Amino acid sequence: MSTAVSDAARPGAPTGATELALPKQRGYWGNVGYRLRYDPVTLCFGGLLLLIILAAIFSPWLAPFDPYQESIIRRLKPPGFQGRYWLGTDELGRDMLSRLLYGGRITLTMGIVPVFIATLIGGGLGVVAGFAGGVVNMIIMRVTDVFYAFPSVLLAVAISGAMGGGAGNGMIALTLVFIPPLCRVAETATSQVRNLDFVDAARATGAPLRLVLWHHVLGNVLGPVLIYASSLVSVGIILASGLSFLGLGVKPPEPDWGLMLNALRQAIYVSPLVCAMPGIAILLTSISMNMVSDGLRSAMDVRS
Amino acid sequence: MFGYVIRRLLAAIPIALGVSIVCFSLVYLAPGDPIQTLLPPDADAETVDRLKRLYGLDRPLPVQYLEWLYRVSTGDFGKSIASGRPVAGEIYRSLGNTVLLAGLSVLVAFSIAFIMGTIAGRQSGTWIDRLVTGVAVLGVSIPNYWLGIVLVIIFSVELMALPSSGMASDKFDPTSWEHLQYLVLPVFTLSMIPVGIIARTTRSAVSEVMNQEFIVTLRANGLPEWRVLKHAIKNALPPVLAVMGLQFGTLMGGSILVETVFAWPGSGYLLSKAILTRDVPVLQGTILVLSMIFVLTNLTVDLFQSTLDPRIRRG
Repeated sequence: MSTAVSDAARPGAPTGATELALPKQRGYWGNVGYRLRYDPVTLCFGGLLLLIILAAIFSPWLAPFDPYQESIIRRLKPPGFQGRYWLGTDELGRDMLSRLLYGGRITLTMGIVPVFIATLIGGGLGVVAGFAGGVVNMIIMRVTDVFYAFPSVLLAVAISGAMGGGAGNGMIALTLVFIPPLCRVAETATSQVRNLDFVDAARATGAPLRLVLWHHVLGNVLGPVLIYASSLVSVGIILASGLSFLGLGVKPPEPDWGLMLNALRQAIYVSPLVCAMPGIAILLTSISMNMVSDGLRSAMDVRS
Repeated sequence: MFGYVIRRLLAAIPIALGVSIVCFSLVYLAPGDPIQTLLPPDADAETVDRLKRLYGLDRPLPVQYLEWLYRVSTGDFGKSIASGRPVAGEIYRSLGNTVLLAGLSVLVAFSIAFIMGTIAGRQSGTWIDRLVTGVAVLGVSIPNYWLGIVLVIIFSVELMALPSSGMASDKFDPTSWEHLQYLVLPVFTLSMIPVGIIARTTRSAVSEVMNQEFIVTLRANGLPEWRVLKHAIKNALPPVLAVMGLQFGTLMGGSILVETVFAWPGSGYLLSKAILTRDVPVLQGTILVLSMIFVLTNLTVDLFQSTLDPRIRRG
């Protein structure tokens, strides 16, 4: 029996009729996909997230009404399937379902775009700092430390508040908030990889710096950075809605979830259920993003 | 030990200076001339020039920064545009309320999360561990400004059991329920995020300690399980206390949304009002004070942790 196994394990050895072949070899991404397939929780939340994103993208076709159409006579209608407004109407008589669908576009954009830009800038700076070391590392990391010395909510409020609010300024503020932590993650991962033998070996064989960075460094840094960035998306959505909630982000009448929450706050005595809805949308998005990020982290086997 | 303290203190100085530079430049992020935030839009050119000289805005930026830094270090943050009163006084009055709110929230969060995390860490992999992890994810995923509104709907609007906003009076009396009841909803709301973070930290710290050899030895020596747990907790506590301290600093600066929801008269509410009225001196002063508190909390946590756990000093 044991000879049969060792025979099969030896490459090129003729496999016997028992077909005791090695388990199929998967690549790294194959392994990740395999682990994800047997992780029902991550799959469920991933599906929910996909649904939310699709609903936001296709909102013009899905929304039953015009999200800007006001009406004095049908203000703050309660949700229910009897009427034409399944999720009720807001304080200006606009259809809640349509506004929530359209709102997803704005809120998701304001949460995702800053993380994306910050990943490029912060990750890039971190790789440069970690690989260059010395003075370059010191300058980049000390500046990062300064921005790290602000609580994230405060920094976002400070920058967008000073710039005068608005969706664009809010996104700039969030980008600045996310650059330092991403830079740190990238720097730590890069300086760990930099001192490993295979990087030295690649340099010694005469591989140009560009290729070493691309294949050996980036290949090992990308995982932790992307996982960290994915966990920031949920923070981004909560912070972006928070800015709009404070009057610093999206301006009315745009249907942003945070802004809707703020406007509906006046109506908690009349229509509490409708008031809670934009927050439920934020919560569902951020929790599914967090669960997907956690699932990816364990599937990709990234240490935090 | 002494050398470590000095090194940490010296390292904090450039960071504090950097933070002050960021706060100083906030005024220049504002659209238009900073002087326009002080004047009505129809002011004539002569008045603008006079005020510029008066405030030293005609001088080079580094000089302006140093002058500003000097004034701020003597406690002069300028005057509020909205109320005309000194900014320092406004910040001083509101800061105590935020310390109260943030401090209580962190304590509440720690008591809940430490028990949750210890149970989960001791029995990692069981359904109770998954439940705790789920609650922890919920804690960090929930937009706390929304949670505040939902709690107001439940406890103030529907049950009429707790006040929805504000504070009983300017003088806080911790012995009277009349005063304390205003804190219940804001404290619970604000403690959600730290509950999530502290529970996660405790869980991983406890489960790591439980896998160490000395725990096996203790059990082999026949120690009752609760005394084994006592040893485990003692070893798991330093990182958890550190996270708790850091969370206090974060809440001090991050309570703006919750304070706005509950109209709690703290520094976050002051900041949110300053944003609406475009009151730049108040905005700048509050952000400077809150971020300095954050820097100081982080420093204190570092030093405190190094006395609890001497291994850190060598790192």
